[in-house]
Parts: sequence; C-alpha cells; structure tokens
Amino acid sequence: MEKVTRIVVMAKQVPDTRNVGKDAMTPEGTVNRAALAAIFNPEDLNALEMALQMKDRIGNATVQVLTMGPQRAADVIREAMFRGADGGYLLSGKEFAGSDTLATSYALSCALRKINPDIIVAGRQAIDGDTAQVGPQVAEKLGLPQVTYAEEMVDIKEGEVIIKRRLERGSETVVAPLPAVITVNSSAKECRPRNAKRVMKFKYALATSEMAAENDKAKAFIEERPYLHIVEFAAADVNPDPEQLGLAGSPTKVKKIENVVFQAKEAKSLTADDKDIESLMQELIASHTLG
Amino acid sequence: MNNVFVYIEIEDREIADVSLELLTKGRELANTLGVKLEAVVIGNNVKDLAPELAKYGADTVWVAEDEMFSPFRTLPHTSVMVGLIKQEQPQIALFGATPVGRDFAPRVSSALHSGLTADCTELVIGEHKDAKSGKEYDSLLYQIRPAFGGNIIATIVNPECRPQMATVREGVMRKEELAVPAAGEVREIKWKEMVSDTDLAVRIVERHIEERKINIKGASIIVAGGYGVGSKEGFKLVHELAEVLGGEVGASRAAVDAGFTEHERQIGQTGITVRPKLYIACGISGQIQHTAGMDGSAMIVSINTDPAAPINKIADYAITGSVEEVIPKMIKYYKQNSK
Ligand SMILES: Cc1cc2nc3c(=O)[nH]c(=O)nc-3n(C[C@H](O)[C@H](O)[C@H](O)COP(=O)(O)OP(=O)(O)OC[C@H]3O[C@@H](n4cnc5c(N)ncnc54)[C@H](O)[C@@H]3O)c2cc1C
Ligand SMILES: Cc1cc2nc3c(=O)[nH]c(=O)nc-3n(C[C@H](O)[C@H](O)[C@H](O)COP(=O)(O)OP(=O)(O)OC[C@H]3O[C@@H](n4cnc5c(N)ncnc54)[C@H](O)[C@@H]3O)c2cc1C
Repeated sequence: MEKVTRIVVMAKQVPDTRNVGKDAMTPEGTVNRAALAAIFNPEDLNALEMALQMKDRIGNATVQVLTMGPQRAADVIREAMFRGADGGYLLSGKEFAGSDTLATSYALSCALRKINPDIIVAGRQAIDGDTAQVGPQVAEKLGLPQVTYAEEMVDIKEGEVIIKRRLERGSETVVAPLPAVITVNSSAKECRPRNAKRVMKFKYALATSEMAAENDKAKAFIEERPYLHIVEFAAADVNPDPEQLGLAGSPTKVKKIENVVFQAKEAKSLTADDKDIESLMQELIASHTLG
Repeated sequence: MNNVFVYIEIEDREIADVSLELLTKGRELANTLGVKLEAVVIGNNVKDLAPELAKYGADTVWVAEDEMFSPFRTLPHTSVMVGLIKQEQPQIALFGATPVGRDFAPRVSSALHSGLTADCTELVIGEHKDAKSGKEYDSLLYQIRPAFGGNIIATIVNPECRPQMATVREGVMRKEELAVPAAGEVREIKWKEMVSDTDLAVRIVERHIEERKINIKGASIIVAGGYGVGSKEGFKLVHELAEVLGGEVGASRAAVDAGFTEHERQIGQTGITVRPKLYIACGISGQIQHTAGMDGSAMIVSINTDPAAPINKIADYAITGSVEEVIPKMIKYYKQNSK
C-alpha cells in the first residue's frame, strides 16, 4: 500500500466499575463515584492493540485515538501514545452532555467524517454504560460494514481485512472490505504495555484547551513539537446537526435510577429452616442480586 | 401498525430460547396495549417454525427466506428489519441481548434514529410525564436495566421515537406456551426490495460452532461446590441450583481432586479468580487458597454444617445446614418468589 493507511481507535474514559471495593460504597450502600478511578475502557485497550498490529503489518500506517469526553479524557490519548499510538483527537464540549448511545455515535461519526480514516477500531463495550451499541451505530451512520466481537486480526491487505470473530459458541472468520468498523472483544490479545521511551517522548502531550492553561514557555515547547499536540474538536468543528447532539438528540431518557444497595460485610447467621431460606431468597430477589 | 415486534433468532434451525421468552413477554405487553404480537423470522427455510411461534403467542409471523440470511450476517438482517419496521411501524421492537441481537439491533436503531436500551431485565407499560416539556404519555415502555457494572438499576423510556427498542438477556424472562395458540399467520416480507448488493460486502470464509463451554469468569452468579458436597451425585444439586438461578458452577480444589467435577471449574489461587454479583459456597470450608479467588464477590452466601467454618468470616449470609437440605429449599423458594 503506497498511501498511508490511517487507523482510528475509538476509546472511552470510564469509571472503574469493576473494582467497586468496600471503600467505593457510601455508608448508605450506594456507589461513591468519586472513589472510582477514571480508566481506559478495558476493551478499548484490546482495540488499541489490534490497531497497532494492523500498523505493524502494513508498515506505512498511523494509529490515532478518538475520544469524546471532558478535558481530562485526554489522559486516554496520552496513555495510548505511551503504548504506541501516534496521536489523537479529543472531541469535547458541553453540547455533548447527556448523550445516549445514539447521540454519542452521531457525534463520533461527525468527527470521523472529518478525520476520514481507512479503518475504525472500537472496543466491544464500555464498562459504565455497558451497552456495546456505539460501534455498530457509528458504522451505520457512516454507511460502513462492521465486524463485531473481533478476536484476532488474521491479515490486512489492499482494501480488505480478515478477522476472526467470536460467536456465542464458536468462532468465524470474515473478510471485510475497507473502510470498515471493527469492534474488539476482551478475548483478543492484551494491549502491549507502556514503552519507557515513548513515555519520555509523549508525557508532555496536551490537547488544545489544556495547552491554553500553560505558560508561554510550555506552549512554545509544544508548538515546536507538533507530535505533542492532541487535536481538539469542539462541536462546531465537526459540523453537526445540533438537534442530534447531547440530551436533545437522545431518544432514550433515564426516568429513574436506583442504587443497588450492598450489605455490610458482617455475616448474618441463618438456619436451614424454611422461613430463613425463604426470606433469604426474597432479599436476594428484592436487591436485584437474583433475577 | 403500532404492534409489538419480536425478532426471532435461529441457530441450526432451532429457535433461540430468548426469542420464546421475548414472545411470552411481548404477548403480555401486546395484551396490555390491546395490539398484536408479531414475530419476525429472517433465515433459510424457516416458514415451518410458525406453529411453534404461535404457541408462544405470535399473531403474525413475518418471514424472509433465502440462503443469504443464514448464517447470520449483519447487513442483510439489518436491511430487512429496517425495511419491515418502516413498512409496519410497530411501537415496540424486542431483540435478544445475544451476540446476534447486540450486533445488529444497534444498527437498526441507528438507521431508524430510534432509541435502544440494552440488556433489560424487566419491561413494563407505564405512564410518563416529561419533566421539561410537561408532556404526558399514558403507555410507554419502561425499559429497566442494570448499568454501571451492575451497581445501579435504571428505568429508561423512549417518549418520542418509534419503535421503542430493547434487548433482553437470555434466561431473564420466563417462557410460557399459551393454552390456545395464537393465529401465527405467515406473511412474506418483500425482502428483495430491501436488500442491496452492498449488504453482501462482508464474506464469511470459515465458521465453527463448539460444544457449550464452561464460562465461569463471565458469570454474574456462581454456585460453587466443595468437598462437603460429598460426591459426584451431590454435585447434581449444585448444578441444578446454578441452572435455576441462571448462574455457573464453580468448585474448590478438594472437590476437583475428589473427582466430583471438572478442573476448569476450580476457583482460587491455582484456579480462576471470579468476582460475581453472587457467590454461593456449598460445603466449602474457605481456606485462603480458595477465598483468594472469590473474595471480591459482591455478595457471598455460605452453606456449611459447621458454623465456625472460616468461609463464614467473609460471607454476607452464613447458613448452618447441610447442602442436601438447604439447596432444594433455595430452589423451591426462588421459584415461588421470582416472577
Ligand atoms: C445507567 C445508564 C444506563 C444507560 N443505558 C443506555 C441504554 O440502554 N441505551 C442508550 O442508548 N444509552 C444508554 N446510556 C447512555 C450511554 O451509556 C452513553 O451514551 C455512553 O456515552 C455510550 O454508551 P456505552 O457506555 O454503553 O458505550 P458502548 O456502546 O458500550 O461502547 C462501545 C465502544 O464504543 C466506543 N465509545 C463509546 N463511547 C465513546 C466515547 N465517548 N468516545 C470514544 N469512543 C467511545 C468505545 O470504543 C467503546 O468500547 C445509559 C447511561 C447510563 C448512565
Ligand atoms: C499451593 C496450594 C494451592 C491451592 N490452590 C487452591 C485453589 O486454587 N482452589 C482451592 O479451592 N483450593 C486450593 N488449595 C487447597 C486448599 O488449601 C483447600 O484444601 C481446599 O480449598 C479445601 O476445599 P474444600 O473447602 O472444598 O474442602 P474442605 O476443607 O474439606 O471443607 C469441606 C467443608 O464442607 C463442610 N461440609 C461437610 N459436609 C457438609 C454437608 N453435608 N453440607 C454442608 N457442608 C458440609 C465442612 O464443614 C467443611 O467446612 C490449594 C492448596 C495449596 C497448598
């Protein structure tokens, strides 16, 4: 391939819902969100690895990360750069607040139209919203084919990619024409770790709005080194239809949220009597632990 | 118009359980709304499944039959579903939250610009008043789902866009045959007008289906048996409880060493580490090498004849009793109290 192949990884910064340890719960038994670390969505790391493998295979390629979120989501882009990505795009603005998956995928698809990559790689699912809907919805909005549950990139060549994907019971290998959207499963290869040299090189990378808060010396430092500049798009930069953004552009509305109440860790002793077992099962059902 | 749609998933000429469960739920919703329940089957040689779908309440069975529809591929199924929804304008469309449903339902929703709620655990009809506009709706679909890693339960509505779309996991809802089957009238989908050549862009070059694998890591409920279960026979009880609760079976090393169950099920330091929502330890003493693999569970219930068993120190509920007595009671009272 003569032309540079441009690969974009969609990655989301998420609260670490998997490690809801005892301190992450308030005394009332609700989730203490402030105590949850913001992390790189785990399957998006698998996606990054697959994109880097594509780049390794093709040679003449770049890997860029696209993330939509608040300013601090630029951390995800830096982390990806430490592990091998060439750079990234932060899509940020209050217009995007309250997006459901459809509004999220609309916003991401506007940015992707502007970037115009040859391949888009996403994680299967984000661990906070847990829907796995954004990848396919982006593909539909861009009119591109999709390959979900990708487990292994078998080959990539002129105009097509060969992917082994996971099925409910088993697997299948498909050939998809490019451009296409690939969503990557946690069973795919783990992401390569940070590379010490890359950490040194990219640790001062900043998005446009982060740069604005720096002093002139720091600004000049980054301006001399374009690879440290994380491109930042505001809503207006990606030419969206404002009606399709954020809360207004979201057909689904959250009507009510209940916190699942966890019990304090102090064993309640029960006997094998019918009434003890029945009340236990009732409690487990009522707390949504069962059913 | 305005009916309830259920997408029927077919694998190896068999209807997926989740599709029958959705028909049962769909029947209930259609009755509440006073509309019809319509099943949509996209596959190859699928017409003869109509009587089975009628037993679970389908008034209409829409079929699209061709080789291109089997095995499942995203684009042809999306085009047919989108085309049929545009033509028939259902108010609700339900899909299994299976790899197939989760692959193409989002595309359908994206094409129709209609909201989609993932992994619902409950669906009911209710009223709604929009906080901002003050507009009132008398029969919306409440789509109830866990999110945030299972730490919250959200009720989601879709006031303006149709259809209201949702996916539901297998085993969450019950399936029930009707005493008298519904009409199950077969209607052909004019799919040739809906599918285009570009829908065939992705080619399947190899495919193989494995025997059902043990999936303990992904299970949100684990029923684990230890040496105290006593025998291979006794482990059948453990399996039965796991099945009823929709969970997987795990084991201690002593149970594996004694040959009660497979090695893949071993949990602990030299087995797998799990973090389910619920861990029921049956006849497990709770040595550190075992608990290292499961103490991150959100809730732990222990069943042990010894009230001083170490497992009880990390348990939320410690039942003093034998596995043989307690498990059948759990099954009985779960069945009595769950819908
Ligand atoms: C309690 C609760 C329940 C919800 N339920 C629903 C629901 O049922 N239906 C619905 O439409 N919305 C729902 N939402 C909203 C939804 O979580 C958000 O729209 C979210 O922005 C995207 O969905 P997700 O986290 O499920 O991502 P997924 O669809 O699971 O993400 C898949 C992949 O898409 C990419 N991606 C996703 N978001 C971004 C991003 N911001 N930047 C870059 N890449 C990204 C990543 O590669 C990710 O791995 C819910 C939100 C909450 C708080
Ligand atoms: C290096 C090393 C690594 C190890 N790795 C692991 C590992 O990965 N996973 C693991 O599990 N173990 C591991 N072990 C073994 C571990 O130390 C324990 O021996 C093992 O976990 C005990 O299993 P158990 O609780 O089923 O059996 P036991 O300790 O024999 O306990 C049986 C329990 O059942 C109760 N009981 C008896 N009859 C009944 C009944 N009818 N109804 C209800 N309760 C009953 C008893 O009161 C007792 O508490 C490891 C050990 C070593 C040294």
